[in-house]
Amino acid sequence: MNIQNEDFKNIPGWGMDIDPDNEPTYPIKNYTGDDHKRSNYEKAEQQPLNIELLKSNERPQNSVVFGTSVPPTGLSGMIRRYAFRHSEDRYRHWIPLIMADRINAWEGIIEDLKKGTIPDIAKERGWRSEFRHNPAGMIAKAAVMLTIGSLVVRHLFKKK
Amino acid sequence: MLAMNYRGPYRVRTVQRPMPEILHPEDAIVRVTRTCICGSDLHLYHGMVPDTRVGSTFGHEFTGIIEEVGPLVTNVKVGDHVLVPFNIACGKCNFCKQGLYGNCHESNTMATAVGGIFGYSHTAGGFDGGQAEYVRVPYANIGPTVIPPDMDPDDAVLLTDVVPTGYQAAEMGGIKEGDTVVVFGAGPIGIMAARCAWFFGASRVIIIDHIDYRLEFAKNYAKCEAYNFKSMKDPVVFLKKITDWYGADVCIDCVGCEAEGNLLQTFTGKVTLMQAGAATALQWAINSVKKGGIVSVVGVYGPPFNYVPIGNILNKGITLRANQASVKRLLPRLIEHVQSGRLDPKGLITHRIPLEEIAEGYRIFSSKLDECIKTVIIPSTKP
Repeated sequence: MNIQNEDFKNIPGWGMDIDPDNEPTYPIKNYTGDDHKRSNYEKAEQQPLNIELLKSNERPQNSVVFGTSVPPTGLSGMIRRYAFRHSEDRYRHWIPLIMADRINAWEGIIEDLKKGTIPDIAKERGWRSEFRHNPAGMIAKAAVMLTIGSLVVRHLFKKK
Repeated sequence: MLAMNYRGPYRVRTVQRPMPEILHPEDAIVRVTRTCICGSDLHLYHGMVPDTRVGSTFGHEFTGIIEEVGPLVTNVKVGDHVLVPFNIACGKCNFCKQGLYGNCHESNTMATAVGGIFGYSHTAGGFDGGQAEYVRVPYANIGPTVIPPDMDPDDAVLLTDVVPTGYQAAEMGGIKEGDTVVVFGAGPIGIMAARCAWFFGASRVIIIDHIDYRLEFAKNYAKCEAYNFKSMKDPVVFLKKITDWYGADVCIDCVGCEAEGNLLQTFTGKVTLMQAGAATALQWAINSVKKGGIVSVVGVYGPPFNYVPIGNILNKGITLRANQASVKRLLPRLIEHVQSGRLDPKGLITHRIPLEEIAEGYRIFSSKLDECIKTVIIPSTKP
């Protein structure tokens, strides 16, 4: 090999973790034989289920603990319920979830407006920092968006 | 309490949310003292990870003070300052018993392919993350580790993900003394992987990226060679050429699904979402490694699929190793490295941002502004 850095042995810690046993199956899978016991292991008590929880159909029971941050709601929630009827192996699981995410973003805006909050998109997107550190790029992006927008408007106007 | 709140792709804000509660006897509530924005948070921020719901709080790298514990928590007590590994692991399932804490079977109901992760979409369990003033920590007997009294809190917070993931990336490469290692991606994880490759006896470490300031940082921090692939006609040919037309012994992918550098992958993976992001870094890693070499992957790839040259894996007899880092398994050794001064995690930190301005933090990191490498978020309730 064409070694560039001849002083590498002086780098602090060089070679301290050399492990001749670090072949591809060790130590990431430190085999214990427990795999053959499958699900026969001691479990903590089950977290109480008091929210709507969508579960992978590749496992019979819920995991012992689970997150409760955002239960499914609205149209996106309906799509997510459909997605979870199918396994992680299927596009009909993942593609609906991606669709639901996009719809969910719009639902968030509607939810804000219903509460009388107008989302501060510029602040949420951190445009202040973009303008401070990359004004030329931001102006270029704005110009592109403006050009595309005006072309679309012009096209619609012509149609009429 | 104040918490980061996801509103859709490229949109986040800080909002008041209800305090987290003990929902399980092994839970703890932690008052966050430090948290970070991780490169893999950007995949969520960009809307690339399925089942990332509006209203979620991100953040899987955090330290904090135990405020409350469930009745079965014995390993930590109220008042302890802890670092919390990003994996949520039960410690009892067959995978945890093998040290595969990143693959716990009892922390994620929503998917079987990945264990629970704080603040990382419902695909990773739907747990709220640490970019907040307080966070619920399940399995508090397993994950939270008391920060040694002589350890800088900035070092501690990077031990929750960046350092173990970079270290495990090097470890999974099966690096042998004298090996040439190529790391794709000069983000915080890539830089740490390059630094840790020396621990395993590498004699040459090369890092590849497309942003000059990151390469300059990597060169100084990780003592490695650094190259910008935009200055190359073909990165794979370049890497073959500088390795005597042989290929690297080990290639490490620290980029994941949003790679730059290939027009077709960008169009199909990032613009039209016909595949789950662009797998360019993985493709280059597979094609740049020597015959019989090892490719180690810690870059995040989301479902449903990516364009991967699987035929080349067969033809070249490549061993491909990939996993989420099992932080708990690695912590004792990494704490030793930090305490002895061999590793300086806090050297990666370039930005400190209050929780109230987290949207600016995401924008700076996402757009690679202001020479940003690593951002630490400080909640206002810090001690």
